[in-house]
Amino acid sequence: MKALRYLLEKEFKQIKRDRFLPKIIFIMPVLQLVILPFAANFEMRNIYIGIVDNDHSVYSQRLTEKIISSGYFKLTDISSGYKEGLASIEKDRSDILIEIPADFEKDLGKEGKAQVLIAANAINGTKGGLGSSYLSTIIQDFNNECGYGVRMTGSITSKNLYNPHLNYKNYMVPGIMAFLLTLIGGFLSALNIVSEKEKGTIEQINVTPLSKSLFLLSKLIPFWIIGFILLTIGILIAWLIYGLIPAGSFGVIYLFAVIYLIAFTGFGLAISSISSNQQQAMFTVFFFTIIFALMSGLFTPVSSMPEWAQKLTLFNPLRYFIDVMRMVYLKGCRLSDLSVHFSVICLFAIFFNALAVIGYRKSN
Amino acid sequence: MIAVRNLHKTYTRNGLGLKGISLTVKAGELFGLIGPDGAGKTTLFRILATLLLPDKGSASVCGLDVVKDWREIRTRVGYMPGRFSLYQDLSVKENLTFFATVFNTTLKENYELIRDIYVQIEPFKNRRAGKLSGGMKQKLALCCALIHRPDVLFLDEPTTGVDPVSRVEFWDMLHRLKKQGIAILVSTPYMDEASRCDRIALMRNGSCFTTGTPDMIRQSFKRPVYSIRSDKMYQLLGDIRSWTGAYSCYAFGDSHHLTLKDNAPDIANLETYLKGKGYTDVFIHPIEPSVEDCFMELGND
Repeated sequence: MKALRYLLEKEFKQIKRDRFLPKIIFIMPVLQLVILPFAANFEMRNIYIGIVDNDHSVYSQRLTEKIISSGYFKLTDISSGYKEGLASIEKDRSDILIEIPADFEKDLGKEGKAQVLIAANAINGTKGGLGSSYLSTIIQDFNNECGYGVRMTGSITSKNLYNPHLNYKNYMVPGIMAFLLTLIGGFLSALNIVSEKEKGTIEQINVTPLSKSLFLLSKLIPFWIIGFILLTIGILIAWLIYGLIPAGSFGVIYLFAVIYLIAFTGFGLAISSISSNQQQAMFTVFFFTIIFALMSGLFTPVSSMPEWAQKLTLFNPLRYFIDVMRMVYLKGCRLSDLSVHFSVICLFAIFFNALAVIGYRKSN
Repeated sequence: MIAVRNLHKTYTRNGLGLKGISLTVKAGELFGLIGPDGAGKTTLFRILATLLLPDKGSASVCGLDVVKDWREIRTRVGYMPGRFSLYQDLSVKENLTFFATVFNTTLKENYELIRDIYVQIEPFKNRRAGKLSGGMKQKLALCCALIHRPDVLFLDEPTTGVDPVSRVEFWDMLHRLKKQGIAILVSTPYMDEASRCDRIALMRNGSCFTTGTPDMIRQSFKRPVYSIRSDKMYQLLGDIRSWTGAYSCYAFGDSHHLTLKDNAPDIANLETYLKGKGYTDVFIHPIEPSVEDCFMELGND
């Protein structure tokens, strides 16, 4: 025990003396939590629209006004034909194009229906997709107002449970907190151990009677502690900046954080056992972390992925932890509601740490 | 204290390693491993320090087997790797205290053993290890390797990259430690340091050519050796080698060392031969063979 105390003392001294690390450990999460939720906003505003009005009638005028006054679109281009309209999309002047046919008003009056054409630039798929669906809604609305077109017999309204104002930030903040623990657990633990390999200091430790597991434990404990401090800072920021307080209990959040940290430091450990320098470790962790982040539902919902990708996310520990954070924060889930998540994250913790143990056995 | 029998270790990547090494080191003996880079010195150290498993053969340290009793061996040996491997961001004192604790002892308990060395770095005890000079680093590393009063000390090229004055000091320290009954196995690429060892082993390509006291090894050298100097030293080397009586000739600092063939003509013949080639100031005189001469000779066979 005395040895462990000394080892820990040494670790904290080293972290403290590192000119760079303490700053980045605490500045990075604050920045992420302050900036990302504003930036990663999927509500689409300012979609640039080009209009081709071949009709020049009162109705076509009204439709155009309605589209612009919706607030989602910005008129950037008025073209005299479809070809010019398309050219403006190609030049990136507009994201979406609507063409109103020449006999729009006449057809509406005579046959009670008319066709408009919507072309969207799908390079930015979200913008294009959301833009055309906003546009269809507006046209639908327009139809209803004028009493023409396909009148909807019933109407579907949706109510947003748990996040009533569909505030994107409420959704992002808990997810980013989970992602932060991933970074701390994975990157820092892997790099710290590999740096001892690189500097050769592990050689000197290896010839001491100190057991390897005690040494590795002394490497991980500091990052568990730092992870905890960061989580607490994150919770404070969520409250101060976003007014977000978990609907569920802090106990559940911290319990999951402990197991998740153990899992991810195990992941870092496993990677450090197969890498011989910081560059290798850095790249490997980075590779996995990017995949974990993109397939976790942090930015894009898992349910909108293709089925095979959804199956892959089952092997992603971050996905479960983000789920847990959101469910506890927004929905107020209790531990009993999260028993599946709990056991899965436990399994990941066992799996990664077992990998690390095997890796270190082999290298001995 | 150290017994190595027919030790083999092959690195599949480059074919280097150990090819059947045997040697013994007694308590209180300073044993030198002399050889160029890639001779297998570090591999031998790593096996003896229980960091590496041998492929074949056996080795024991303090009567303990390096494969079976590795844990016990680690408490009894001090190892100083070739690369400085203490914590550069901890101070001198912190490094010492740390390694003392890891070995379950204290700085005070074994202060006697390291005092001579420690007093030299004590003025810098609060300085970070990474900020010490090369010689100071080696002294600190030696202190850390001695902190638990080991019976055997492994020093892998402790004087490489250290200035000549510090090198002499370092060897003086080793001689004092030897008197305390510690068996010391030290490797060095510097031939001049060989004469400061009790016994040496000449190593090359993973094998050990010869073992003995430096005097024994020098005396076993049978060919006459001449030191030759002149102007145009570089050309001189080639011309001496093409002389009929030359067995081998190598550059040794400011002169060339020539060994003669068994039936070589008189050395006066060489002088006329060189003068005929246009050399002036030719200076030839017989010398005692050095360890380095023996080493070059062994490499020749």
